[in-house]
Amino acid sequence: MLIAPIDRSLTNHCLTLLLLLVAAWIALGLIGLLRPHSVRFVAHVVFPLGSITCLAFGALAALFLVSGHLAEVMTLPLGLPNLPFHIRLDPLSGFFLLLLGLVAAGISTFAAGYFRSGQGTAPGLLCLQYHVFLASMALVVLADDAYFFMVAWETMALSSYFLVTAQHRIPEIRRAGFLYLLMAHMGALCILLSFGVLQGGRWQFTFDTMRGAPLSPFWASAAFLLALIGFGAKAGLVPLHVWLPEAHPAAPSPVSALMSGLMLKTAIYGILRVAFDLLHVRFWWWGVLTLGVGLFSSLFGAIFAAVQTDMKRLLAYSSIENIGIIFTGIGLAILFAACGLPLFAALALTAALVHSLNHSLFKSLLFLATGSVLHATNQRSLGKLGGLIRRMPWVATLALLGTLAIAGLPPLNGFVSEWLLLQSFLFTPQIPHPFLSMLIPLGAALVALTAALAAYVMVKFYGIIFLGQHREPSLVHAHDADWMERIGLAWLALGCVVIGVMPQFALRAAGTVTADLLGRTVNLTSPFWWIAPVTPKQASYSGLVFLAGIAGVLVLAFGMVRILAHGRIRRTAPWDCGYPWQTSRMQDTAEGFGQPVRHMFGTFFRMQRELPTPTDAEPHYRVQVEDRLWRTLYLPIARGVQRLADWIGLLQGGRLAVYLLYSFLTLIALLVFVL
Amino acid sequence: MHRSQLIAESLNLLAASLLLISFAMLSRRRTQRLITLFAWQGAVLFLSTILVAYSAGLTELYASAALTLLLKVIVLPWILHRLVRKLGAQWDSEPLVNIPTTMLVGLALVIFAFGLAQPISQMATTITRNTIGIALAVIFLAFLMMITRRKAITQVIGFLAMENGLFFAATSATYGMPMVIELGIALDLLVGFFILGIFFFQIREQFDSLDLSHLESLREE
Repeated sequence: MLIAPIDRSLTNHCLTLLLLLVAAWIALGLIGLLRPHSVRFVAHVVFPLGSITCLAFGALAALFLVSGHLAEVMTLPLGLPNLPFHIRLDPLSGFFLLLLGLVAAGISTFAAGYFRSGQGTAPGLLCLQYHVFLASMALVVLADDAYFFMVAWETMALSSYFLVTAQHRIPEIRRAGFLYLLMAHMGALCILLSFGVLQGGRWQFTFDTMRGAPLSPFWASAAFLLALIGFGAKAGLVPLHVWLPEAHPAAPSPVSALMSGLMLKTAIYGILRVAFDLLHVRFWWWGVLTLGVGLFSSLFGAIFAAVQTDMKRLLAYSSIENIGIIFTGIGLAILFAACGLPLFAALALTAALVHSLNHSLFKSLLFLATGSVLHATNQRSLGKLGGLIRRMPWVATLALLGTLAIAGLPPLNGFVSEWLLLQSFLFTPQIPHPFLSMLIPLGAALVALTAALAAYVMVKFYGIIFLGQHREPSLVHAHDADWMERIGLAWLALGCVVIGVMPQFALRAAGTVTADLLGRTVNLTSPFWWIAPVTPKQASYSGLVFLAGIAGVLVLAFGMVRILAHGRIRRTAPWDCGYPWQTSRMQDTAEGFGQPVRHMFGTFFRMQRELPTPTDAEPHYRVQVEDRLWRTLYLPIARGVQRLADWIGLLQGGRLAVYLLYSFLTLIALLVFVL
Repeated sequence: MHRSQLIAESLNLLAASLLLISFAMLSRRRTQRLITLFAWQGAVLFLSTILVAYSAGLTELYASAALTLLLKVIVLPWILHRLVRKLGAQWDSEPLVNIPTTMLVGLALVIFAFGLAQPISQMATTITRNTIGIALAVIFLAFLMMITRRKAITQVIGFLAMENGLFFAATSATYGMPMVIELGIALDLLVGFFILGIFFFQIREQFDSLDLSHLESLREE
């Protein structure tokens, strides 16, 4: 309230200032080109400046959300003649801009310490691609017409493609980049078609005309399905997820963090924009479909994450899982909204939004931590890491916070959003539809299963990398992250803790969005530190009280031990089951840790195993786990395309005369047709 | 009255000679003869354009005619001659399809062109409307020549002859295209021609010959 008069002028020009910051990103990228090969200049000057810009960006977006303005509109003097770029800042875009600014600030700070020379693309060029990527994500969220949206969307896809293929000399990375580009373009095509349906025959492509376009149920459903496929391909929904586990490990870690943390969220933004803003009707089966796809993706992602042995692939599958959880929330919100229960819809949407924010924070944090580990050890395979908590205490501590958050443990942020989602599942029996009201509550069980599996995955991730003994002798030389990297990691970890302990901030930000889209907000608190989504009687949670409880128990236990056991402590080695010595090879491996899941969910995988016979002098154990969808869905499509291309390739005989004959015959045929 | 009839008759004569030249080009094997024929074709085109301009009283068409004279009768044949001498491509080349067959196909094409031109001629109001069929036939014959020849340079001559046909079609159907388009086409022609000239040297450098069948090896396997 105090800051209100001072900031009135600022809040009125939020959009202009945000655009200036976007322009500043592009300018920073271009500045990086001044000395393209100087790592020092790019890392120590440009990236820190960029991270300050990100911070300002997030602050402005937060200011907009606080100010209570509904929307700011602007037409840019850019674009084609008679087709200018429209932009609009409303609570939905404000929320995603806030997320972008906050998380990108941490990633840019980390990147300042991360990028080294001699790794593929020159640092200056990488800096340009990085900042163009940031700017295009901001513009995707700000765009207010289909034309500008697609321009920004494609810029985002292309700049991230170049970032993924930064080390383009490695063939696998080029392949991963191609797969990513292919899926991105297929998705963009679906989005384009969806906009084509949404304009409803008026041939005006501003979002404003789409809002008012009267669509028949059939065409509205077509638009929604196309948008779900298009944005789902970008977000990594199963079965459109195949690019994700390839592209994330291929990219440099800050880029993986940007892609997983932020780019996937632009897809969430897109589906929300289409489903809740541009379309004026919603049908219950859209919600059920989205819910089903989301639940399946989350379970699928968690199961596959459990059997991975590459740390970045593991995180990529975990991203699929989290995107699945977010889509589950969106599906519930659509279902509730279609059934005329806006309050519960607001609750589910809040869960989805807050989980988007949370996932951005902890997934970026973990990807960056893997980057530090990768730099310190040159190893990405879990089987060659271990015991790094002693060599890299900073990274290990901060990654522990991220791990706990992603595992959904209170009082960290992952718990808040998953709890909200489960709360909204509890209201599904009120849906006025006999079968749905019985079946959908079962989804809550799947969410709980996924959450448990996610915790299992994170124990594996953290335990194998940081705990135990070194699996390779070279790990003794591992060094901790430098101070810029530490600041970046600490900023993201701080976000995880703050949102976990004080979820009110995130809920209030999400509340402005739900108020704008659905006309309702979740009931936050009676006292300041409690959140009670619907009524305090049903359920309530307070991160602060939880934290105080944990701290209290800890202090109590510590005090008791000090008082009761003081002076009587005897230090000795633990009982080692009778083994005379223990080596690092006796530790549980990544494969071993994943074995129970591999066994229980065997139907999901396509496994190839080589087991040693008892008489082998040099026993080898090899297991390869593949995605079944790859063989059942993608390879047949690829073969079909190849066959078609071969067939068309027959036309290309190589003789110029024949080519000329083609055009001649076409000409004659057309003339005969005219005749 | 008498004079306009005379003009119409002489235009028909010119159109007929244009068609004749096209057939002659189809039957020639030596590249240098082809270039000479091309120059002749340009000259006939120039005369017919002048006649049309005079009878319709269009000053713009005079400019087109001048452009034709400059470009198609003088500059391009001269450059082509030089190019042929430089490349050493004066000698005969065996066409892909033997000449009598080509002529027969050409004949069929001319009939087709006349059939095609019938409805257009009825709509056109120009005094040259009877010659639209011939213009179309010239285009088809030039195209046919491009298809049936092996050497890169004959393809270019075919391309240029096709443009002649187009130009003639435009003057006979609507008294020529707007000046801007005309200039644009002339410029395109020159640029395209220069690019092709550069390609000739590149092709010869690569394959030691201008025979286009060597280009088949460029095909992706």
